[in-house]
Amino acid sequence: MLIRQRRDIAPSEITPQGVWHGRRTLLRAAVAAGLVGTAGRTVARNPSAPGLAGKPSPLSTMERATAYDLVTSYCNFYEFGTEKDDPSRHAPKLLRTRPWQVAVDGEVRRPRSFDIDELLKLAPLEERIYRLRCVEAWSAVVPWVGYPLAELIRRVEPTGNAKYVELTTLADAKQMPGLRSGVLDWPYVEGLRLDEAMHPLTLLTFGLYGEVLPNQNGAPLRIVVPWKYGFKSAKSLVRIRLVERQPVNSWQKSAPREYGFFSNVNPNVDHPRWSQATERRLGEDGLLSRRRPTQMFNGYGEQVASLYSGMDLKQFF
Amino acid sequence: MNGWRIPLLARLTSVVPPVLQPRRFAQLQAVLFIAALLPLARLFYLGSAGGLGANPVEFVSRSLGTWTLVALVVTLSITPLRLATGWAWPMRLRRMFGLFTFFYAVLHLGAYLWLDQWFDMAAIWKDVLKRPFITAGFAAMVLLVPLAVTSSNGWVRRLGGRNWQRLHRLVYAVAVLAVVHFWWQKAAKNDVGEPLVYAVVVGLLLGLRLLRWAQQRYGSIDSRANSSSIVSRRRIS
Repeated sequence: MLIRQRRDIAPSEITPQGVWHGRRTLLRAAVAAGLVGTAGRTVARNPSAPGLAGKPSPLSTMERATAYDLVTSYCNFYEFGTEKDDPSRHAPKLLRTRPWQVAVDGEVRRPRSFDIDELLKLAPLEERIYRLRCVEAWSAVVPWVGYPLAELIRRVEPTGNAKYVELTTLADAKQMPGLRSGVLDWPYVEGLRLDEAMHPLTLLTFGLYGEVLPNQNGAPLRIVVPWKYGFKSAKSLVRIRLVERQPVNSWQKSAPREYGFFSNVNPNVDHPRWSQATERRLGEDGLLSRRRPTQMFNGYGEQVASLYSGMDLKQFF
Repeated sequence: MNGWRIPLLARLTSVVPPVLQPRRFAQLQAVLFIAALLPLARLFYLGSAGGLGANPVEFVSRSLGTWTLVALVVTLSITPLRLATGWAWPMRLRRMFGLFTFFYAVLHLGAYLWLDQWFDMAAIWKDVLKRPFITAGFAAMVLLVPLAVTSSNGWVRRLGGRNWQRLHRLVYAVAVLAVVHFWWQKAAKNDVGEPLVYAVVVGLLLGLRLLRWAQQRYGSIDSRANSSSIVSRRRIS
């Protein structure tokens, strides 16, 4: 598939890596000296987390990444509770990410189960810095580590009947206290059209910020689809099934009028309860900043708009 | 007052007299006034210490909304408290809590208009018309205004006690709208646990009034009971 680059960044405008790292060092020093407010934007990562490096990718955005502690403490992962800080309070203690198997089956010639450690070595890891836009009208920029989902799907050889990919999150009441609530019909299920799943931007993700995914962010592996609302990016996957019929994703099942199957970021189609025209960037948009405009396909239109040519996106929201 | 069967309440009513000495009452009022300002002070503290989290605007407006609802519930609890205990003094605190409800509601609305929307009137108007949960919240706010305006003794006199009381029954509608506002906002993510708590409490407080109204209107076996007693003893115990 052709990967179209955004043309608005000239190579001369890209900050050389040395300067980039220098800037980080400078910022850290400034933070240490108390010159820069550390209000919710600490640079430090979890010192005990195992590292997981990825090769820098040309598909990364140049925007400033959202602080590690915000990305790892402000999470929607209802299996651990509905408050934003529930996942970071519960998941690190409760979720066991080894041993971990992922079933990849359905309309494929080679259905099989993969061990997480095998998956980690299946293809070269890349660092992809993506914008993340939540349906709740906030956004972040996250340096993910992973490889295209297409790498995995290709290896199981989809049959001609495979039209969609269904993604299923773990649902284990022993590890996930949120399952006791009837907020959603567990397990959490998401779905992509096969061409969306095979798109080079769709990332099978194992890490963030150069380390193994923290449990609250969907360890040990999740999907990241940067041009769709965050809930499409299912976490803690146990099953990837290729299917012929369009899957019913959990949010669509719970409120079909409010959540569609495609859920592409679209400032022109409002959620019934709030406008999607604008958003707030975590950690950057403080008390006194205006909302920033939301971009069509979360700014990934050049790469993905062609997937939806001829479709009425107001109808297929 | 009637001899209550509920031991804790009986003990409480025997310790605290129905009428407080002026000095005692002033002290109590001052303490409660300061306590009612604590939620706002907390926001200022967190704001200065960088403790408002990843999404400060959301944090501030939700916190102000929650405390509006708490103040409203406290206000609505005053009359049942008086009727259950026979204490007269809580009634003299009702206006203060009512005005605190209005105060936090104005701040809550202000956070939405200013911090969230930057007075983008087109977007705000669209929100009010198109989004049911905002419509409900906005309606509750509009209904609170006449209540706040007519809260003074002067207005009670001008309107006459009966009319004033009739007007101020609007607070029941405000309470229902406020809970609906919260419920519909949370229902987007099926997360109605917290609104449910408020719905039950407000439902109970309004239900007691309905019960009392029905008893006064249609009488009851217990019609000999003191007319100020909200629910007959028989019903509570």
